[in-house]
This record gives sequence, C-alpha cells and structure tokens, in this order.
Amino acid sequence: MQLKRIANISTALAAASCSLLGHHAQAGTVLDDWQFNSAILLYNESDHVSAGEGILTARGDFGDDHFLNLGLVLDALTGASATGAVAQPNVQSFTRPSGRGSYDVAAGDTPLDDTFHDTRVQLDASWEQPLAQNWRITAGGHISKEYDYLSLGVNSSLAYDFNQKNTTASLGLAYSHDSIEPEGGIAIGFAPMLLRRNFASDDAYQSAFNATRNRADDTKDTLDVLLGLTQVINRDWLMQFNYSLSVADGYMTDPFKLVSVVDSNGVVQQNLYENRPDSRTKHSLYWQNKLHVNGTFLDASYRYMWDDWELKSHTADVKWRLPLGEQWYVEPQLRYYQQTAAEFYLPFLRQNAALPEYASADYRIGKMSAYTLGAKFGTTLAPGNELSFRIALYQQKPENDGVTAPGVLAELELYEKVTAVMAQVSYSF
Amino acid sequence: MTPIELQQGTHCVIGQFRAMASPCELLLEWQDMALCRQLTLLAAAEAERIEQKYSRYRPDSVLSLLNANAGQWQRIDNETAQLLHFADSCYQLSEGLFDISSGILRRIWQFDGSDRIATQAQVDALLPYIGWHKVILKQQQLLLPHGMELDLGGIAKEYAVDKVMQLLLGQFSTEQLPSFVLNFGGDMCCSAPRHDGSLWRIGIENPALADQAISAVGLNSGALATSGDSRRFLLKQGVRYSHILNPKTGWPVSDAPRSVTVAAPNCLLAGMLATTALLQGANAQAFLQAQGLKYWLVN
Repeated sequence: MQLKRIANISTALAAASCSLLGHHAQAGTVLDDWQFNSAILLYNESDHVSAGEGILTARGDFGDDHFLNLGLVLDALTGASATGAVAQPNVQSFTRPSGRGSYDVAAGDTPLDDTFHDTRVQLDASWEQPLAQNWRITAGGHISKEYDYLSLGVNSSLAYDFNQKNTTASLGLAYSHDSIEPEGGIAIGFAPMLLRRNFASDDAYQSAFNATRNRADDTKDTLDVLLGLTQVINRDWLMQFNYSLSVADGYMTDPFKLVSVVDSNGVVQQNLYENRPDSRTKHSLYWQNKLHVNGTFLDASYRYMWDDWELKSHTADVKWRLPLGEQWYVEPQLRYYQQTAAEFYLPFLRQNAALPEYASADYRIGKMSAYTLGAKFGTTLAPGNELSFRIALYQQKPENDGVTAPGVLAELELYEKVTAVMAQVSYSF
Repeated sequence: MTPIELQQGTHCVIGQFRAMASPCELLLEWQDMALCRQLTLLAAAEAERIEQKYSRYRPDSVLSLLNANAGQWQRIDNETAQLLHFADSCYQLSEGLFDISSGILRRIWQFDGSDRIATQAQVDALLPYIGWHKVILKQQQLLLPHGMELDLGGIAKEYAVDKVMQLLLGQFSTEQLPSFVLNFGGDMCCSAPRHDGSLWRIGIENPALADQAISAVGLNSGALATSGDSRRFLLKQGVRYSHILNPKTGWPVSDAPRSVTVAAPNCLLAGMLATTALLQGANAQAFLQAQGLKYWLVN
C-alpha cells in the first residue's frame, strides 16, 4: 500500500496537463466550432395534403460570443386542399385556378383542389455578436422561393442583459416583402369561377376567363416588432414574456380559394373567388415557462393573438422532457389551439343577400379548435451527436359559427375535420 | 473590465489586478510601462473570462449550470470537456484523492479557526454525493448524478496562469520574448530566463508567520504552485484539523504538511502535485520525492 502510494505520477500528469493546455493554443478565446442540425419531417393529412420537409441548420462559433447561423429548408407538398366551396348532393365541376382544365368532385364530398403541389426552398442567415457589455445584436435575412411565391426579408434584434444577467430585455424588428405570381394571374375579388362547358368555344372561354383577371402578380409587405423580457426566477425556472405586433399591407387573399353562392335551397349557383382585406394588424402576447423539476424539463407556454380581422386565438403548449434510462429521453407534448372566425369568414354566400365587402370560406380563418398530441424520443449516439424521433397526431376541428345551413346543405358536412400525422427524425452533430 | 494598476519596481515593472479572489500580478523585466499595461490588460481579461466560466459563486457560470442541471446528460463545450478530462486524469492518478466532486464537504467543514468539528452523521449524509467515479464523462457529454456538485476551485487558478501565459507568449516571437512572471495568488509561471542572467526571487509564504516570506526561491523558467493555507484550520482538544479533506472519508487529512510548493514545467502540474502531496498526509514527503521535481515543504 505504501509503495503504491508513492508511485511517480508526475510524468502521466504532465502529459495530461499538456494535452489540456496544448489543444487550442489560443486560450479558448478563438473557437472555430460548427454545430449542425438536420431533420426530415413527413406530414400527412388524411386524404388531403402530404408534405415532406428537410431542414439543415448550422451554427458557427467564431469565439467571443460571435455566431453565424445558417439555415436551409426544402419543402415538398402534394395532395389536395379544401377550396372553400361547399359540398353538394350532386357531382360538381371546378376549373383549375390556372384556368386550364377542370376536375369533378363527388356528391357529398368537400371540394378539394387535387392539383395542389409545390416545392419551397428557404435560405436564411443571421449573425449575432455582443455590441457592448451586456448588449447583443443579431442581424439576418431570408429568401424563400416557391413556384409562384417569393419572400425576401431582413431582421434584426437587440438584447440587453441586466440585473446580474438574470433579466434580458429584447427588441426585434423584421421586414419582409412577398410577391405572388399564380399561374393564370390574380382573379379580381369575387370574380366568378368560369367553366369551359358553359362557353361555345375555347376562345370565348379564354377571353371571359381573362376578363376575371386583372394582374399577373401582387405583393405584400410585413413589418414585425417584438418586445421580449426573459427572467431567471431561480436556477430551475426561466420565464419569458413577448409582445409582438405584425402589420401587413398588400395582397392577402388566397388566389386559389372560392366562396360558393347558394340559393334558399342550399344549391350552389356560382362559385366566386374570395376577397380579403389588404391590410392586417396582428398582436400577440406570449408567456413561456421553462422549469427544471427533479431531473426533468417542463416547457409550458401560452399565446393569445388578436387582429383587426377580429380573429382571436389561444394556444397552450406543454412539453415535458423525462429521462428514459441513462441515454434516452422522452418528451410528450400536448398543444391546444382555439380560434374565433375572422369577421368576413362565411362558409357560403346567399344568392339574394348583398355581396359583402370581403368574404372568405377558407376554414383556416374560420372558427376552429385543434390539438396536437405527440412524443419525441432522443438519445446521444456518439459524443455530441444526438438523434431524435418525433411522432405527433394533429387534429383540426372547424366549427359552425352560428350559420344556419339552408336546404340541402343541412344534410352535408360543411365543417370537415382534418387529421394529420407527423413524423420527424432529427440528427445533430 | 477588471481594473489594473501599474508600478515601477527596481528590476522590473509590475501590473496588478484582482481575479479569482486573489491578488494577481505580472512582473516584466523590460522597463516598458506601455507594454506592461498592454500585457496586464490581456492577462486580466483572460483571467476574468476563466473566472466567469468556472466560478461556483456566479450562478450563470458554465460550472454553476452544470451543477444546476445535475441528473441528466449535458453537452459541454470543448474547453470544459478538456478541463474535466484533466480532472479525471488527476482523480485516476491520485487514486481518488484529488476529486473535484468533493467540494460539497464545505457545507459541514468551515475552517475558520474554531472548534466546530463535523459529526460522522453529517459526513455520512454527504458521502453518497461525492466520488468522481459516479460521474460519466464522454467526449463532450457529462452526466453528473443528481445531488452532486463539481468544484474547479482546485484547478481553475493554475489553469488560468497557464492559459494567460500561453496568451501572452503568443504576443511575441521567440527571439523577442521578454522575461516575465505571472503570479496569481501564489501560483506562478515564468516566460523565459531574465536577460541579465539573474533569477526571479519569489517568496514562499511561511504559514506559521502569516505574512512573512520564509525563503525566496530562485526561478528562471517554468512554474511554481503552493497548496496549503495557514489561516484555514480547526482546533479541538489540541488537535489541529487541516483544511485538506480526504474525499473518501470526508474527514481532514491528518499529519499533512502545512504547505507544499512544487516546481514544474507548468502551473497545472505543479498545483496538482502540491495538492496531491498534501492529501497524502504523513506520506507527503515520500510522495514528493518520488515525483523527481523540486519541492519545498513547510511542516
């Protein structure tokens, strides 16, 4: 025992100290470390849209709290999405939004545009660095391109730490300019959807179709302002409050959505292209709590959003990360969402009523509730490499906002539920 | 920014600041105040960076966050990973005597010169939360069991001396390297021999004569570190309890020297050997002899 105790350890200890000191000679102040995250997401709505998404993000650490963040997102969507037109007890014909070709919808079915497919590529980049002691600044931009849509944006934020870094106040500004150029041009608000079969010739149809369009493209400008406050309550509890204001100006109508005009028997007389206001001011309040409880992490948040379209929504989201053995964790999630209808939302228009200034039958701005139930499983494969799997069930339940369905519509499903399954695999390295 | 002070000495210029609860100084052979100021500013900034990152007194330090998140796998940055791997080597090589998870013993042992000896029941309550072997350290992942805490107080100051030395050496070419000494509260390192051929005279404090240096050690390169503290002990029924605690028993090491100073190529090595020597108790001298390095003992 005595002999063992007085062994020479200085050589081995010297080697250990050299490996600690020698590794990066520049004193840890110059780090050139990149962290990557990748994910593949599959989203499948029963009978509706299917989407596949690939995400790659990278964060470069340039030392002294200077970071470069880069992101690439690729989306592919296919499938059918609800057009806004109502179901009927008979087969209905619809012209595709481009004006070329038509499709039929079976009796009793919610009309879906089955040609819905798109690919989106989004690139974004931002740089963050300290500005002065306790101040940090971030500046960045994005470009997102779809077949008929282009979005360009810039953003910046400023954060100030005080109260011994227990409190952070932040101000963010973002501006984006979007342009849309749908195939076949942009329909005039409430222009009728024409059917080729009602015209004697292709030329007659085409010139009538052209008369429903007045421009090839349109734009939208959005300014977002965010005020945030993050507070460390204690070493196991972090709280965040955000207020955000979003002011959009420009074309916000969905060029592919219709509103049906029905008679007193609920029979569709005509389908019109929808028409939405060209300005929207949204406010939202967000409250988030991140808690560390006995080796588990709880993330609970609530958001209240309201806008001048009179759409109000509540979102509550709870995630709880629990260790599962030494290497794995499981994170169940429950999210509940509820919204009131925009003031101009109407599931259909009545033939003998005056045409309102704006109308949309898009269920996404109607009264609805939705929930997401999911779970994520994660593990560390190799040091610094984390693999996670997430599966979630999403259900959207549009609701009737006190509209009486006349005649045949009373027998039909006007507020069809949408159920989707999401699966995601993420890998960070 | 840490405030710094400059002084003109007879054989050097001196830059001073405080970091890691210690007075820190830079002694520069060249009589160049401007250069001394520049180097001292760099040194103070790097010392402050390390202190901010590894201080257990700062709730936002990397170390405090690791402790706060005990109980689950945590990702650790490169620098922290390397420090912990070094601490792991120290633990293995000292056969468990050098243990960065033993800091929680401070809760029951306060070496304030009083006679408040901890009870065995108090020690037994803490022992389950001590033991580096219970910590799982991978390349850049750490699992610190729930209830355990790490304390880098025994490494951080020496590490800071070596890191600052590296940083300052990087400012010069090898041909143009001035001789300077970094001294962070007794842990010190020298960049190069003095050009005038003389040695840096460094005093080693005698714990028995609190503020008087007993012997001036000549240093011309390498590092010196001292472990032991004359002012931290407990005295009960004539038994003096040193502030060096054995992490395996939770009790003070008996018959340990009052202080040990070791000379080594770098400060980390010197410091670890000095601390490990104290932990050997009565075998400190035999241990130091076996290391083949220069040392000074105060009994």
